[in-house]
Amino acid sequence: MDIAKVVSKRSFMLWVSFLVLILLATSPLYAPEYTVILLTSIFMYIVITVSWAMFSGPTGYISLASAAFFGVGIYTSAILGKTLPLPLIIIIGGLVSFCLGLLVGALTLRLRGVYFIMFTFGLVELLLHFILWWEVNITGTTGRVVPTMSNTTVYYLMLIIFVILMLTTYFISRSRYGLAMQSIGEYEEAAAHTGVNVTTVKVITFAVSAFFMGAAGTIMATRWTYIDPRIAFNPTISFLPVMMAIFGGAGHLYGPVIGAALFTYLEEFLITRFPYYYMLIFGIILVVTILYLPDGLVGVIQKLWKRILEMKHADT
Amino acid sequence: MPILEGKGVTKYFGGLAAVSNLDFNVEQGEALGLIGPNGAGKTTLFNLISAALVPKSGIIRLKGKNITGLKPYKICRMGVARTFQTVKVFANMPVLDNVVLGSYFGMSPGLSSSDAVVKAEEILEFVGLSEVKAIPAKDLTLANQKRVEVARALATDPELLLLDEIMAGLNPAEVGQAMELVNRIREKGTTIIMIEHVMKAIMNMCERIMVLHHGRKIAEGTPQEIATSNTVIKVYLGEKAHAGS
Repeated sequence: MDIAKVVSKRSFMLWVSFLVLILLATSPLYAPEYTVILLTSIFMYIVITVSWAMFSGPTGYISLASAAFFGVGIYTSAILGKTLPLPLIIIIGGLVSFCLGLLVGALTLRLRGVYFIMFTFGLVELLLHFILWWEVNITGTTGRVVPTMSNTTVYYLMLIIFVILMLTTYFISRSRYGLAMQSIGEYEEAAAHTGVNVTTVKVITFAVSAFFMGAAGTIMATRWTYIDPRIAFNPTISFLPVMMAIFGGAGHLYGPVIGAALFTYLEEFLITRFPYYYMLIFGIILVVTILYLPDGLVGVIQKLWKRILEMKHADT
Repeated sequence: MPILEGKGVTKYFGGLAAVSNLDFNVEQGEALGLIGPNGAGKTTLFNLISAALVPKSGIIRLKGKNITGLKPYKICRMGVARTFQTVKVFANMPVLDNVVLGSYFGMSPGLSSSDAVVKAEEILEFVGLSEVKAIPAKDLTLANQKRVEVARALATDPELLLLDEIMAGLNPAEVGQAMELVNRIREKGTTIIMIEHVMKAIMNMCERIMVLHHGRKIAEGTPQEIATSNTVIKVYLGEKAHAGS
């Protein structure tokens, strides 16, 4: 009975995901332009948040380097935008981020707790000021123009990255490496003595998550047309995925997705309705979430679901 | 050839010699007991063997191969598994997953996921935890959490098993069960080094006992020899006091 339930639940989720995906893939055909642009932003945040949660969720290493990887993608786009086709640039942007992730991971993943957090955040500032210095002193400019793409193209590219990312996360979380990362989050020392090469597992996953952030940056740059180091390496991009993941529930596959989607939508909604108070309202919602929903929105949904099931059992 | 051999192994914490110039041998298939007062360096020695710590000097050989300075995961994959004095189970993971990790990453990596689960289930059966395999490890009693650690270590297929006080904090009935479990592990041919303060267990189960004090080996021998050794009695109970002095 249990197995049948699990299987039917899984195939149900699969069908729902599939349907949602078809709806999303066809939305530029019938949805207004504004919706497509909003959806692109939502997917951008989902990609950053899910890739953040891919590493930080199970291992418990809180990375604030997201903005660095995202920014590297943006600059790849700005530098190569005129010479190469976009899909190739996306892959290059992702790979540059991946290599940076490997390097930074190898250097910093021996640090724990607050030291790791500070170092990753320092990386964002370091890159920001390095590129600022480079642009002013070597190239003699501060900003760059990125060739633009149509909104629909940007949307589809982001959707594709999103789908690849979800598949990657799903397979990692179900594989032995997912289990290894979880054990690292629980007790790193014990994991090492159980045969897990903790450094390699951490560094590779960190770099994979950096790949997706870089790819997202590469795509988004084409929508912003003008970028400079302060736009590209915006520290907010480091903090938002943390908040979005907590908001949705970092411990579940769908948590960061739901968190990022609702968060972005909420931000958009509040900005347009309450332009003066939106930050205040936003802050209150965040505080309430962290105080009362420690497992995020997904945690609440699961609790409700359980209660409904129990009521059903009580009836029969 | 001994399965494990140490020559001049030394480790300092600041100025304090936690283990100093220690030579030791462990023969294939034997059970070696490691005793000594608190702070004698017993757990430090385990940390040195399992590579949680790197010795300042000296070498450790496993089956003749120098393993000094290797990473912990390498040591594990070469066939040395351990448990921890303070339990370090993966608290929020189900008991089964705790053990599956060992069968994925231990001595024989590359098992398919279904084989790894089958193996983990067999080991849980062996240590008597089959009924709680789906429960998060944090919800188990201390005695059972220690069993989870043993199961996780066994899942890596160790030839040498380091047991760090697996009986501390257990009630007499649980100590009996733990002794019985260790005996069954020995019957499989696994070599064991155990640190234990429960003397009944050490005296009954080990062929040989090594006594550490201030990081030095002060005695070594059969349980009878140790139990009657004057040095050992002195270290544990102090000098004989003279009435009236």
